[in-house]
Amino acid sequence: MMRSLLYVLTSLAVIGLAFWAYRENYRTQEAQARAQNLQQAIVEARRNLRVLKAEWAYLNRPDRLVDLVELNYDRLELMPMQPDQFGRIDQVAFPAPPALPITNPVDVSSMEREQ
Amino acid sequence: MTRIPLRPLARILEARSRGENPDAIERENIRLRQEKMRDRARRRAEGRLLVLAGMFLCAFVLVGGRMALLAQSEPGEPRTSVAGADILAQRADITDREGRILATNFDTHSLYAQPEDMVDPGHAADKLVEIFPDLDRARLIRDFTGDRKFLWIKKTISPEQQQAVHDIGEPGLLFGPREMRLYPNGRLAAHVLGGASFGREGVHAAEVVGVAGVEKYLDEALRDPARAERSLTLSLDLSVQAAMEQVLQGGMRIMNAKGASGILMEVDTGEVVAVASLPDFDPNDRPALPTSGHQDDSPLFNRAVQGVYELGSVFKVFTIAQALELGLVTPDTMINTESPLTWGRFRIRDFRNYGAELSVEKVIVKSSNVGTARIAMDIGAARQRAFLDKLGFMDASPLEITEASGSTPLLPKNWSEISTMTISYGHGLSTSPMHLAAAYATIANGGRRIVPTLLRDDANAPGERVVSEATARAMRKMMRNVVTEGTASLGEVEGYAVGGKTGTADKPKPTGGYYDDKVIATFASVFPSDDPEYVLVVTLDEPVERSGSEPRRTAGWTAVPVASEVIRRVAPLLGLRPEIEPVDLAAIKRASD
Repeated sequence: MMRSLLYVLTSLAVIGLAFWAYRENYRTQEAQARAQNLQQAIVEARRNLRVLKAEWAYLNRPDRLVDLVELNYDRLELMPMQPDQFGRIDQVAFPAPPALPITNPVDVSSMEREQ
Repeated sequence: MTRIPLRPLARILEARSRGENPDAIERENIRLRQEKMRDRARRRAEGRLLVLAGMFLCAFVLVGGRMALLAQSEPGEPRTSVAGADILAQRADITDREGRILATNFDTHSLYAQPEDMVDPGHAADKLVEIFPDLDRARLIRDFTGDRKFLWIKKTISPEQQQAVHDIGEPGLLFGPREMRLYPNGRLAAHVLGGASFGREGVHAAEVVGVAGVEKYLDEALRDPARAERSLTLSLDLSVQAAMEQVLQGGMRIMNAKGASGILMEVDTGEVVAVASLPDFDPNDRPALPTSGHQDDSPLFNRAVQGVYELGSVFKVFTIAQALELGLVTPDTMINTESPLTWGRFRIRDFRNYGAELSVEKVIVKSSNVGTARIAMDIGAARQRAFLDKLGFMDASPLEITEASGSTPLLPKNWSEISTMTISYGHGLSTSPMHLAAAYATIANGGRRIVPTLLRDDANAPGERVVSEATARAMRKMMRNVVTEGTASLGEVEGYAVGGKTGTADKPKPTGGYYDDKVIATFASVFPSDDPEYVLVVTLDEPVERSGSEPRRTAGWTAVPVASEVIRRVAPLLGLRPEIEPVDLAAIKRASD
């Protein structure tokens, strides 16, 4: 009696373990596939990053910046840095005091009210 | 199982009645029983052996089958390890000291053909020539229709070109992934970077190998997969390099020189912040080595490192420094400078006659060959040689580019007394400007030896002591006087206390002797001279300045103004604060205004 119960329990345990192993196997494979996809995504993202960095470096190459500065001289008036542009800290003005808060606003447009 | 009794009563009685021994029956029965047991045990053992054999068979089949499967399967990357994700590219990036990219990799495609699969070779060739005008149609058709099975058409193509080729719709035209080296800054620092090209090529990948410059010198390290993620940090500064190249380019044009080179080096570490050689080239599209003419005239030639020249009077600084160090003279000692100085059949002359005698300081300031030669006579050949050796003038420059191995100085075969005298003012010994910069850095940093390097490293530090602090200080003062009252008066940059020494050397003819109208003009400078931080060496090849009534070729009129402009442009970029009162506030505008 004891013996057959043991047999039954053992075979049940084997079935249970087999089921568990089967499930774990598939879960592992799924996790691996996900890891691989992520890996792929990382590689892709890094490749894009590399392209962007290269592009950034290309767009910031000194030749081009010099040309841009010359093209936009009217607006920017950028010149090569000169020794006499170094200032002392006491030459820098204190920041202007913050503007006083407006307590009695006057509406100059009626747009907001219509909304 | 029915057990047969050993002594069945019926048979025993029967045997007894016949007068036989009934024990025989028992023995017979025991025998039979044992035979039966033996048979059973044997069957069982055989069965077990069979099962065991079956198990082994299964195990071997399993192992064998797995082996066969592994042998048959396509190689694949391990899916579970994370190691693969770290490898970004097959070659590490190169950046400047601020981390700005100087060289990186770019994914593109190569184009190849498998003529066997081609449907319409003529049409494909027509279209290809439209996309790539440099291809030859007749040749393509010959290749496509011949018996070749495979041919490369283009090593790298852009995405637009790839799409255009794709649109031809020819199944025999195929693309392979290619990683190519990209130098986003174009010509900038071309001689340092060198260039790269493809090594062994396959359809799916190709090796990228360095062909010159730092790319070749550090090829192994750059290709090491273990450090592919870390970029190589050079000591160059992109903006300083760009400014220097721009000024040199302008200076070269104004001074009608055929070449120019500039080196800016930190005096305390030997790190090269900028090094330029003009004319230059684009490392993205490296020109071929010249097959005719002189190597020096090729843009590939690195004048700053490969160009070994007799650099002239800039060497006087070393002669005087050694004489001070040995205690032979003080800056005020009077030296006989009667020109010409006759030694055997040689005559040493000065550019101008400076009178009967000059102090040592004035010898430097006015650049007297005669005075320097007389001092060198006191030093002697052996001591001079040992001193120049300590300054690094006897070996090829240790700079980390392949071209540096070609910078071995040209020394006199026989270091005679006349050699000593000429070397004292920079003739008879050819070195590269890089050697000169390192030696000037040695004097500028207080007398400790400097090894020039292109690699940014906090561990870079000066080495053994070559001259004493006091000598170095005296030399800096003299070099400052060269600028304030001597041959390099155009080199003054307000606020940076530039000190230096000019050198104008006649170029040697290939046939022997020297040209009268071709010089190498050099200005080796140190700034700020009260506490030097940088050494700048500017060399112009065959400059001539024609603004005056007669052409002027001396360094004071050619190299010095260029060098001072370089300092004016570069020093603020290096964050060096001028020691002057800044101009009025209006000049300081906020960048956002």
